Amino acid sequence: MTRLPRWADLVLTPLISLALAFAISALVILAIGQSPWMALKTMVTGALGSSYGWGYTLYYATNFVFTGLAVAVAYHAGLFNIGGEGQAALGGLGVALVCLALPWPHWALALPAAMIGGAAFGALWALIPAWLQAKRGSHIVITTIMFNFIAAATLNYVLVNLMRPVGSMDPATARFPAGTVLPRLTDMAAAVGIEWGKATPANVSFLVALAACGLVWALIWRSRLGYEIRAFGKSERAARYAGIPPARITIVAMLISGGLAGLMAINNVMGESGRLVLNSVEGAGFIGIAVALMGRNHPLGILLAALLFGFLYQGGGELALFTAIPRELIVVIQALVILFTGALDNMVRMLIAPLFARRGTP
Amino acid sequence: MGLTATAAAGAPAAAPFAIELRGISKAFGPVQANRDIALAVPRGTIHGIVGENGAGKSTLMSILYGFYRPDAGTILIDGRAVAIRDSQAAIRAGIGMVFQHFKLVPNFTVLENVILGAEDGALLAPSLSRARSELRRLAAEYRLDVDPDAVVGDLSVGHQQRVEILKALHRHARVLILDEPTGVLTPAEADHLFRILRGLREQGTTVVLITHKLREIMEITDNVSVMRRGEMVATRPTAATTPESLAELMVGRKVLLRVDKAPARPGPPVLELSGLRMVDADGVERLRGIDLTVRAGEILGVAGVSGNGQTQLMEILGGYAEPGATVTGRAALKGAALPLAGADAAQRRRAGIGNIPEDRQAEGLVMDFAAWENMVFGHHRDPEYQSGPVMDHAAIRARTARLMAQFDVRPPLGDLAARNFSGGNQQKIVVAREIEENPALLLVGQPTRGVDIGAIEFIHRRLIELRDAGCAILLVSVELDEIMALSDRIAVMFDGRIMGERMPDAATAGELGLMMAGAAAS
Repeated sequence: MTRLPRWADLVLTPLISLALAFAISALVILAIGQSPWMALKTMVTGALGSSYGWGYTLYYATNFVFTGLAVAVAYHAGLFNIGGEGQAALGGLGVALVCLALPWPHWALALPAAMIGGAAFGALWALIPAWLQAKRGSHIVITTIMFNFIAAATLNYVLVNLMRPVGSMDPATARFPAGTVLPRLTDMAAAVGIEWGKATPANVSFLVALAACGLVWALIWRSRLGYEIRAFGKSERAARYAGIPPARITIVAMLISGGLAGLMAINNVMGESGRLVLNSVEGAGFIGIAVALMGRNHPLGILLAALLFGFLYQGGGELALFTAIPRELIVVIQALVILFTGALDNMVRMLIAPLFARRGTP
Repeated sequence: MGLTATAAAGAPAAAPFAIELRGISKAFGPVQANRDIALAVPRGTIHGIVGENGAGKSTLMSILYGFYRPDAGTILIDGRAVAIRDSQAAIRAGIGMVFQHFKLVPNFTVLENVILGAEDGALLAPSLSRARSELRRLAAEYRLDVDPDAVVGDLSVGHQQRVEILKALHRHARVLILDEPTGVLTPAEADHLFRILRGLREQGTTVVLITHKLREIMEITDNVSVMRRGEMVATRPTAATTPESLAELMVGRKVLLRVDKAPARPGPPVLELSGLRMVDADGVERLRGIDLTVRAGEILGVAGVSGNGQTQLMEILGGYAEPGATVTGRAALKGAALPLAGADAAQRRRAGIGNIPEDRQAEGLVMDFAAWENMVFGHHRDPEYQSGPVMDHAAIRARTARLMAQFDVRPPLGDLAARNFSGGNQQKIVVAREIEENPALLLVGQPTRGVDIGAIEFIHRRLIELRDAGCAILLVSVELDEIMALSDRIAVMFDGRIMGERMPDAATAGELGLMMAGAAAS
């Protein structure tokens, strides 16, 4: 098969996939008797047309950056971590335990501690499948899926039986102390004299997510560990030849992956709800798989893909509010985007390959 | 069988060719794999096709077998133009193909494999019984005896190849194309194959033999065609040519076929093995007590058919024995004990053992990594490639540029992924990386498998230079010619044992071949 130029592979293919997904979504909307143009307008205005919309888009995107990076790090080691959902849920437990442990005086102290708590719990939740894969050969796809269910059941138990405040009928923890409230992006913009956004949950975690993108890039493409992870992911036999221990790389890569998924909890648990509720992850762990696929497992691509899915989440919500299009259609659109950008990627590449085949590239 | 009738009755005497190609061209993107190829193979002859890797032999044969459609040109079978759209059409035209990697179902019997894809109907029994009598006839006629009820997976490689030939003959092939047929055979099996091919020729079958072994061309073919860079540069009667002139035609310049080397001056022992045993995870004993010594400044060649424990020996010494295997015995490197169990490849490198692995694509290189990333693979922990918490890409790139120039890696592009280099240049990257570390002991497995003649010469010269500089080299190769040309001593391995040692000038290929087949050393 003809190899595409790098720019076509990284930019053109996803854009065409996206256009195809939207085109088919438009047909579906037409088929249920609504106007695709109106739908698009509502989504764009709702997600990007105001600083309010942007605030929500960025909030969702922050979640997806963390889970997307988690999938990407494991992917580079040749591991398909489908357990982001469960690892993020456990990360929430870690964040909640840290936040409730002390009467934190200031968020700047609470945030690093909560990051450690969330990442540690997420990493530990990934450690068990990683260990089973490395030592027992149990397939990580299967075990991480199963661990999502175990995570949900565990949190259910913990919230109902252990962490629920006495007298509360809500399976959730108590509110976190005031010293753990993270600054919203609105407040931060106001601090430098810009009036931006209001009442949106986008918070300082977004900046942490950006930093995580940079760190993951440095880890994968600049560090020795990243070199070994990538070598192992490409060829286990070659890794053994080079003295790269398969079991250790599997476990370390999964610890980093689970840690990144667990970090997500500083955004949704600490930054948004201020307490741990049931089902706080809301599918972000699974969206992370699509985000990583679409972003070619590169932090920059993941950031862009996370913004796209943030847009779909927020714009989709608006669609259900302001048009006669049912809420379920959003899921259809998201599914089409995942299908085209992830699964049918090679189809698009095959279609555009002849355009590049005749050019004399050395 | 309409074609045969036409050819026999109506074809003029001027078209005696079983296959004739006229002006065949095929391009893959910017790469011209075949350019204006003309080839005429007289009926009932054995025709050799030689050329370096990437010369376009495989493309040409794929066109003949219907895998690719040519951009231009015509194919004539028995003087009649045919369009070969797929392999079914090729089979109908009477072309049979024996691939380098057999296309057999290992858990089917010989008979089932032979009729696979040529069943007469929904019920297998009639096809099977017809095939059985057919096989009996073929076995008698061509000495192609194989037990029809044996399970293919249990057969030796040589027998599996016979099944492939039987498959083709069962489909009434009148032209049999064999792609590198002797790569996996012992000398004795190869001799048997050649007897079969001669028998086929006597019965009027045309044989096209693709190989890079010039000795085989000289031994068995009637005519030989040479390909170079997608073009057919010459066709000669074999009797009127020499290996030297063929090699020159293939490469386009003079090539040294013999390895020029001074006698070895062996120093003290570098590697000493005694009683090395290995039982793999399935409980099969792969090594049954190996005793070997390799001295500084000498090349010890281990001859043997692949699969007799050489791979396990190299992996254990390289520090990456398969997981779950039990390794016992004693090993010493420069007099110091070398731990055999719980070994790790990184420790082995630090101890001064370099390793050019048997399978460069699966082990020696990460094919998706750029050349510069591969140039430190296995040595990437060395302090000289670290810069604080990250790797020192500038230092690695500088080393890559230097080694690529020194080892004539083409194209000298450090950013190119390993998979985009030719086999010879991939191997040069591995050889450069391992030699550059100046090892005390160098493990070398199949150094020239799938490597073109020009690069073979280069790699051999480098190994000799390294030997002369005092390195101990343990060479494993299934190419007896290579073992005999390079080694200062030859050990023959069979079934996990060393059958005996010989000096290369005192050994004949025939004697070594017998030892490789398990005959006890006298």
